[in-house]
This record gives sequence, C-alpha cells and structure tokens, in this order.
Amino acid sequence: MNIKEIQIPTFLKRIFNGRNTVISIPYLWLLFLFLFPFIIVLKISFAQPVLAMPPYTDLLKWGESWWPTIQASFDSYLFLFSDSLYIHAYLSSLKIAIISTILTLIIGYSIAYSVAKAPTQWRAILLMLIILPFWTSFLIRVYAWIGILKTEGLLNLALTTIGIIDKPLIIMNTDLAVYIGIVYSYLPFMILPLYANLEKMDMSLLEAAADLGCRPLKTFWTVTIPLSLPGILAGCFLVFIPVMGEFVIPDLLGGSETLMIGKVLWGEFFYNRDWPVASAVAIILLAILVVPIMFYQKSQEKAIS
Amino acid sequence: MKKFGNFNIVALVVGFSFLYIPIILLILFSFNESRLVTVWGGFSTKWYVELMQNQGIKDAAWVTIKVAFISSTVATALGTIAGLVMTRFGNFRGRTLFSGMIYAPMVMPEVIIGLSILLMFVTLAIDRGMLTVTLAHITFSMCYVAVIIQSRMSSYDDSITEAALDLGCTPFHTFRLITLPIIMPAVVSGWLLSFTLSLDDLVIASFASGPGATTLPMKIYSMVRLGVTPEINAVSTILVGLVTLGVITASIIGRRQKNTN
Repeated sequence: MNIKEIQIPTFLKRIFNGRNTVISIPYLWLLFLFLFPFIIVLKISFAQPVLAMPPYTDLLKWGESWWPTIQASFDSYLFLFSDSLYIHAYLSSLKIAIISTILTLIIGYSIAYSVAKAPTQWRAILLMLIILPFWTSFLIRVYAWIGILKTEGLLNLALTTIGIIDKPLIIMNTDLAVYIGIVYSYLPFMILPLYANLEKMDMSLLEAAADLGCRPLKTFWTVTIPLSLPGILAGCFLVFIPVMGEFVIPDLLGGSETLMIGKVLWGEFFYNRDWPVASAVAIILLAILVVPIMFYQKSQEKAIS
Repeated sequence: MKKFGNFNIVALVVGFSFLYIPIILLILFSFNESRLVTVWGGFSTKWYVELMQNQGIKDAAWVTIKVAFISSTVATALGTIAGLVMTRFGNFRGRTLFSGMIYAPMVMPEVIIGLSILLMFVTLAIDRGMLTVTLAHITFSMCYVAVIIQSRMSSYDDSITEAALDLGCTPFHTFRLITLPIIMPAVVSGWLLSFTLSLDDLVIASFASGPGATTLPMKIYSMVRLGVTPEINAVSTILVGLVTLGVITASIIGRRQKNTN
C-alpha cells in the first residue's frame, strides 16, 4: 500500500514533468486538429455515399456479434480511375503548377536579385514593398485582375486606345488568366526566400570569378545560381505545393475548360455532396504532395538551424 | 562586383508595376461614380456609403474580426510555445512528426486542410459555426507563429537564460522576465500575421463555417461570383488600407526595437 502510493506519483511525475507538459500543449493541439482529421478523411474515402446526414456509410457495422464488421469500399477510388475527368484534372494541375512555378521563379529571381543588388538604403523599403501585397488578401488580389483581364476590361481598353489591337483579346476565363493570377499571387512567396539567400551571398566569390577572367553571365550561371540553390528550392516548394491544390484562382479567373483538382474537390464536396469521392480526391492529392512537403520541411529545418 | 545596372532597374520597375498596378486600379475604381468598372464617371464616395448600409457585409465583417482576434491571440500563444519547443527543447520523442506538423500546414493546399478539419467536426458532431472556424484558423496560424519564433530564437543568446537559471530563477520566470521581452517583436509580428491570415482566409473558412458564421471573404466571394461591382472595390480598399497600416506600424515597431537593442 505504502509502496504503491510512492511509486505511482514518481512514475507520473516523470511523464508529467514541466518539460513534457510544455511540449504536449502544442503537440496535442496539432495531433488533434491537424493529423487526426486526415485519418478521418482516409476513413471516409473508403465509405459509400448515402442520402443522409452525414452523407456516407459507417465503416464499422455493429451487428449481433461482439466485434464490428468492417465495410470498406474502394468504390470512390475505382470511380476516380474510371472517369478520365479526375486523371485529367490531376495532370492538368501538375502541368499548371510546374509551368507557373518556372514562370514565378524567372520573374521572382530577377526581382530578388535586383533588390539584393540595390543600394543598401533602398533595400528595406523595397523589401517592404514586396511583403505588403503578401499580407493583402488573396481573394482581393485575384479579384483585382478580373477588372483588368475582362474582354471589356482595362487591359483591352488600354490596348485598343493606344491602337496596338483592334479586336479585344480574350484572356479572361482561359488558362492564360490562371497563369497570370498564380504568378501574381505567389510572387512574394518566391521572392522572399530567394532574397534571404541572395542577400547573404558572399560577394567576394563573384569578385574572385571576375578577377580570374570569368564573364559576368558565366559567373551568374556557374557561381550565383548554384550558391542560391537553397533559396530556389524553398521558393519553388512554396509555390508548387499550394498551387497543385489551388481553388480560388482557377475558379475566378479560369474558364470551364480549366481543370484543376482543387476545383474538382470543391465541386464534389459543395455541389455533388459526394463526401467519399471528395475524400478520395484529397487522399490522392496528399499522396502526390507528401514527398515535396517532406523535402520542403527538410530544407526549412536546415535553413533555420 | 558588378554594379546595380540597367537590367536591375528595369526588373524592379517592371516587377513592382506588376505587383502594384492591379491594387492601385482596384482602389481607384472604388471611387468611381459609374457602376461600370471600366468607365470613369467622376469621383464619388457613394459606394462607401452604400457599403455602410449593407447589413450583410457589416455582419460578416464583425464575425471576421471576432474570429481573427480570438484565433490570432490563441495561435500566438500556442505558436510561441511551439517555436520554443523546436529550438530550446533539444531532442524529444516524436520531434520529426512535430516539425512536420508545423511545416506541412504552411504549404498544404487549403482545400485539403479545409475538408479534413470539416470532416472531423462532422464526425465528432460539433456544430459548424464561429467556434469551428476559429479552431481551424488557430491550427494553421500557430504554425506561422512557430516558424517566426523559431527563426528569432536562432539568433538568441542562450547565456542570458543560463545566467538566470544559475541564479535560481525558475524556468517559467526566466521565460516571462527574460526570454519573452527579448522575443517580443517576433511575438507581435506573429500575432499580426495570424490576424491577417485569418482575415484573408476564404477556402478553410468556407469548409469549417456553418450557417450564421459567414466571414467577410466568404461574403466577398459570393458577391464576386455575381459580378464585379464598385462595392466590392470599396470593401477591398478598406481591407487593403487596414493591412497596409498594420504592416507599416509593425515595421516601425521592429525598427525601433532594433535601434534600442
């Protein structure tokens, strides 16, 4: 009796010491509200849709026996692979994400490189001008482009007034509008890691290359680019991964032919109310993205430590 | 080193024009007399007056501010702890998983986060509304705060903490009297970032919200779907103005802090 009374508190004390309690607060929060929901998505992706609330069948059936029978159904996944719409949507998202990541990298690199080379007293203000749109609402920034790209919008108005074109360009509701929207919205995500990297670059290496007779362009390709690779990778991950599941931009700027998996998922959930299929769409998207996400995590950990 | 040349000037001018012209046009046309977005009909503030009479927008704005305020405050507390755990607690069991859960929400497509958190609320039979949106916002905002704190802690001088502990200060008091005041600017910018993230979020809120808890982005989105109107420009201008004011204030606070250190 006595021994028990002493042993249990010390055992508990070891688990619930101050250090572990502090760790457990954010840990449990994320486990419960970030990781646990994915297990539920996985579970529901194996269910079948029914007309009820919630609109899916239960995986575990409690019958006569003590043990529940598992009723897993692969219908949602089979459906995804049988209907070419979904495969097209994944491939089209991949294509849009890759092309827009490359475009954002080219534009972002020129801006980040120029900011890093600007006179020191300008840099702080230039950097703030890059961060400012990053804090401004995504939805508002995408909305701003509708007025510009519309057939009767400001871009066509300006171009016809100058006389460059006589028939309005059709950009709105095409893939081109989606690319413009993505590059515009994600540009700060690309510039910030690139700038952080380029700013720290040891300029004496570039001087050394120049002193040894290396042409500026060759120095750029053989010294600057390889040295800024961590920044390039971080920026590309920050653009590529979320763009794969982008919903707002293809929905507002894209047309009916613009297929992106984020839009498909949204439609399955809100319009078709087929929760198992929406869950299966999410699980497959997650499976595609899990490797890039892990690479991103590794690169960020290395950058901070 | 090659000087700041013509290419750099062109890149900056073109780049910043690309970033700012859409926002400037958006603000400009919020003062347009005409309902058409492309025809300038003279200066007018009538869309702002109309906005003030739109009860739907006012209700949504109020919901959004309440959600943003509560979620950013809780997210800052949780995220600060998480950032300290990542930098000052060495190795503990499950550290890789923990850091994965911190970094993943920052890049994970919003539709996945929204769907998963909604399905969890449905499974646990929690009614969707302001509470569920707030919980969802806390979860992704705290990760941003954790990363901000983490990068601040990487240049933190550990010897001050050790001195306090050696002199008999408890870990909690060391945190409150020494660590927290030093990292305060990072905590404040974490709070501001959480607040704007919550203010801006459309996708996750659309999944996690229920009847009676329409947030401002959800309201704006449903208006945009019906067509472009100067009223949307007006509400956007107010939001852009508030965020600009916040960012400039934060950077002034940050700079002053740097100068005094």
